[in-house]
Amino acid sequence: MGVLGPKMAFRVLVGCKRVIDYAVKVRVKPDKTGVVTDGVKHSLNPFDEIAIEEAVRLKEKKIATEIVAVSCGPPKCQEVLRTALAMGADRGIHIEVPDEEYASLQPIHVSKILAKLAAQEEASMIIVGKQAIDDDCNQTAQMTAAFLDWPQATFASKIEKTNGDLLVTREVDGGLETIKVKLPAVLSTDLRLNEPRYATLPNIMKAKKKKIDKKKPADLGVDITQHVEVLKVEEPPVRQAGVIIENAEQLVSKLREAGHIQ
Amino acid sequence: MFSYGSKRLSNLIVNGIKRFNSTLVIAEHDNANLSGVTLNAITAASKFGGDVTCLVAGEKTASVVEQLSKVKGVSKILVAENEAFKGMLAESIAPLVVSSQNQFKFTHIVAAGSATGKNLIPRVAAKLDVSPISDIIGIEDHETFVRTIYAGNAVTTVRCKDAVKVLTVRGTSFEAAETEGGSASSEQFAGDGSSNELSQWESADLSTSDRPELTSAKIVISGGRGMKNGDNFQLLYTLADKWGAAVGASRAAVDAGMVPNDMQVGQTGKIVAPELYVAVGISGAIQHLAGMKDSKTIVAINKDPEAPIFQVADLGLVADLFKAIPEMTELCNK
Repeated sequence: MGVLGPKMAFRVLVGCKRVIDYAVKVRVKPDKTGVVTDGVKHSLNPFDEIAIEEAVRLKEKKIATEIVAVSCGPPKCQEVLRTALAMGADRGIHIEVPDEEYASLQPIHVSKILAKLAAQEEASMIIVGKQAIDDDCNQTAQMTAAFLDWPQATFASKIEKTNGDLLVTREVDGGLETIKVKLPAVLSTDLRLNEPRYATLPNIMKAKKKKIDKKKPADLGVDITQHVEVLKVEEPPVRQAGVIIENAEQLVSKLREAGHIQ
Repeated sequence: MFSYGSKRLSNLIVNGIKRFNSTLVIAEHDNANLSGVTLNAITAASKFGGDVTCLVAGEKTASVVEQLSKVKGVSKILVAENEAFKGMLAESIAPLVVSSQNQFKFTHIVAAGSATGKNLIPRVAAKLDVSPISDIIGIEDHETFVRTIYAGNAVTTVRCKDAVKVLTVRGTSFEAAETEGGSASSEQFAGDGSSNELSQWESADLSTSDRPELTSAKIVISGGRGMKNGDNFQLLYTLADKWGAAVGASRAAVDAGMVPNDMQVGQTGKIVAPELYVAVGISGAIQHLAGMKDSKTIVAINKDPEAPIFQVADLGLVADLFKAIPEMTELCNK
């Protein structure tokens, strides 16, 4: 039995985080409590876009049967769920977390939520971005896999399904490595996994009709008590302005003077 | 039953023990050599005071244990040799770490913020039901850590409220521990993790190069979109070999297929902080700066005087790289 029988559903859960757009130069708040988010352009975390794209491709290959996009946070998270739905996700689940509590929501909470949802939805695979470009944590996939006791295939740049297993090529420090993981599994995407598609206007219109369920962490029995307290957020040190030099010869002699090169 | 006095005594004992931190460092290695980033993690671990224990898990551990036993600051080495640890899969290493934690009750568990550490540490933390702290760049006290967020555009100080602090360490933010002068004892450790039905290591396709490793090189020369194609990277390799430098790349160069992924420097690639970083044909997007702006001296070579890279460069040369780089190479021949 189990979720992987030939005629059973192969449901993919995809984590979708709403983050400040990657092209925005963030500003730290003067009171050092965080960065300015009001009135700043937000979008779907780029790594999660890659996760959605991969899930859609698995569906196009007739491997996945349903794609469920999940986002945790304040009401505006529904915008990123709509983006995921327009790219091809079938339905969405919004885990509502009010702003005050969202400020201290960590990957440990999100992964507990994803683990509970995976059980409820009988998911065969969870796929999330390798990191969110706001907190730069790179933890959620690994922790979700741990809570479920599923294998993890992180920093994936290629995914192939063979029988009940996945063959995943991972981006590691010295190059690439390939591992085999049993399904169900948790995956995290690296940049090179795919090129996410643009949502077309008709698909954006269709996405408006797709369903987004709302739940609260408490509905899933997940406690979101703070584990990590943010004491302060500051600007990084500013580098001294440099000098423009005339030519290659001058550059080499400056580097020699400074003792960098012989 | 218990008098006020004995309760106070037990509190004293608890507080007393609290002051004695003990840290576990997960050693990274290739079954022959200890990875350089582990030395940086050991320095970070030493900052907590108290004993530093290293866990060496792998198929072959003898030479790594020998190297580690001489590293300054390490007091004990736990050795777990087993076929199941092939490829350092998180499914087999995490249970091993958890069982060592159950036995020795460390206050801190630390690994380098490398691909291996990033893969393993959150799984360990979840098994202990604590929140890990990624890629720390500073330690204020035993529970307060500094790390960057938003691609290095903000620096945050956080307090970890969990009983066990589970951390990855940014190698470039801590000196490497000395590889001589230590005298750690080693003991076999038979923890869990020796069977893993969930995952299997298949193969690796690692880039080979005689040049120094990117994350620990004293000089890094990186190429970006301006290099135009992979063949032109030869210009950088030639100069790098003269200087004993490592060669990196921007995401644009990697995405265009000019060089392999593991050469990428940036928020989502490697973080480097060499003495000298030379950015060639790189515009300087936020995501690239995140990976190199802690370099001691930054040199930018770019024909566009408006390129943002010049805002962080100590020395800027507005020039065509195809002219400047061969000229520099020639000058270094003399």
